Amino acid sequence: MSALLGVEDLRVTFPTRTGVIEAVRGVTFTLGRERLGIVGESGSGKSQTGRAIMGLTAEHGTIDAKRLEFNGIDLLKASKAERRALRGRRIAMILQDPKYSLNPVMTIGRQIVETLRAHEPVGKAEARKRALDMLSAVQIRDPERVFDLYPHEVSGGMGQRAMIAMMLIAGPELLIADEPTSALDVTVQLDVLAILDRLVAERGMGLIFISHDLRLVSSFCDRVIVMYAGRIVEELPAAKLSEAQHPYTRGLLNCMPEIGADRHPLPVLDRKPEWRT
Amino acid sequence: MTPALAIDGLSVEYDDFVALDDVSLTVAPGESFGLVGESGSGKSTLLRAVAGLAPVSFGTITVDGKRLGGKRDKAFYRKVQMVFQDPYGSLHPRQTVDRLLLEPLAIHGFDDTEGRIVRALDEVGLGVSFRFRYSHQLSGGQRQRVAIARALILEPSMLLLDEPTSALDASVQAEVLNLLEQLRATRKLTFVMVSHDLAVVTHMCDRLLVMQNGGVVEQLASTDLAARRVTTDYTRGLLVASEGFCRKS
Repeated sequence: MSALLGVEDLRVTFPTRTGVIEAVRGVTFTLGRERLGIVGESGSGKSQTGRAIMGLTAEHGTIDAKRLEFNGIDLLKASKAERRALRGRRIAMILQDPKYSLNPVMTIGRQIVETLRAHEPVGKAEARKRALDMLSAVQIRDPERVFDLYPHEVSGGMGQRAMIAMMLIAGPELLIADEPTSALDVTVQLDVLAILDRLVAERGMGLIFISHDLRLVSSFCDRVIVMYAGRIVEELPAAKLSEAQHPYTRGLLNCMPEIGADRHPLPVLDRKPEWRT
Repeated sequence: MTPALAIDGLSVEYDDFVALDDVSLTVAPGESFGLVGESGSGKSTLLRAVAGLAPVSFGTITVDGKRLGGKRDKAFYRKVQMVFQDPYGSLHPRQTVDRLLLEPLAIHGFDDTEGRIVRALDEVGLGVSFRFRYSHQLSGGQRQRVAIARALILEPSMLLLDEPTSALDASVQAEVLNLLEQLRATRKLTFVMVSHDLAVVTHMCDRLLVMQNGGVVEQLASTDLAARRVTTDYTRGLLVASEGFCRKS
């Protein structure tokens, strides 16, 4: 099976007043039509990795890699227009908080239709119909009503479903989900994940699931990459998380309070300087 | 023994919207009590009503045997302090840590402000080198430590904790939770802690109240929760959800 995405020695750097910040320092992985989790804490470079693949790195940042290939297309050499043609159409991204990532002055329906018509030459009526179908596919019970609502009129869980609908309507092959459920309540979180899971499986997409929650990622993905300070410290099958070798991964797993485990005080991470290298 | 906090039939209404509906609970001195529920369940409103930040429509709040009126006096705020969820929003961006810690001391007319600020920083594990920094020069965990120092500097007997670690990374969360537990032990504090995370609440608290839509679902001991001795479907659902995603085949 040919890989959907190939990343080799990806580096993302940002110049600042106090010197160059290396957000991502040599990340290498390949992705097929599978669910890959990228886990790390704030500042580990997980989101910047996702943004670099999507082509959303801030203007002043520099992306450097030996190889950054999507379906045989060299993303490093692709022009801005080519990148734009890919973005949304073949690679899509779900962001963390629907409160900030949806346009507040456009109805949900119009935003979904806009996405669709940006990528496919479809008529208004057809676009509306497909948007409604997509809204029911993300299990919104009354799509006609939600179509005409503004983002502030819906709950967080509903907003995130609308976001998923918008991202999937053009039928992308690769979906990058950056903390898609972190802003949601635990119970709603699982509903949204179940919808995402079903759609990814049905449509045979590749999924990169970026999160700080190691347990959640391992229960959802096939494979997990653990990042620390811009590098991959460990890569393992999600089912074998308990056999993690790296002290950082083990520390992350250990420091979470567990129901029924009486551990006082909680073990804390002792960050070693050699993890950075 | 007089309870540290007794709430009886408390309701909070905003116009027609009932944010909190007839909630009663008691917390013993030195106890750690948890409030759990999803957004909109009224758990934060309950805490804010105790702190005097939400209007009480019906019911009574009693702290150390003294019934609270509509306006809290200074002595109340010496005794009860609050730590908020978002350390990025709860510290004044244009004040140094020193200024932030001085403010409550000045309001309450404490002496030896110098010594108290140094000791407070030391106690939360920051040290004096942080004293003249601004909050934007600190990480999330360090900010939350400053917020805890600010709450503790008045030597309160009760701390109201509104999701104190939900904006922090898992490893930093562990550090802050350990700090809170250690402070509670050394200072004999009473905690009332709000969280959406069942694991955090069972770790920190002896007893907890599960809330939904402004009302009480059930009250139970952490040990009952750990042993899965729950009586309502709602709590059971929360328990299942806290275990992570499960693929239905």
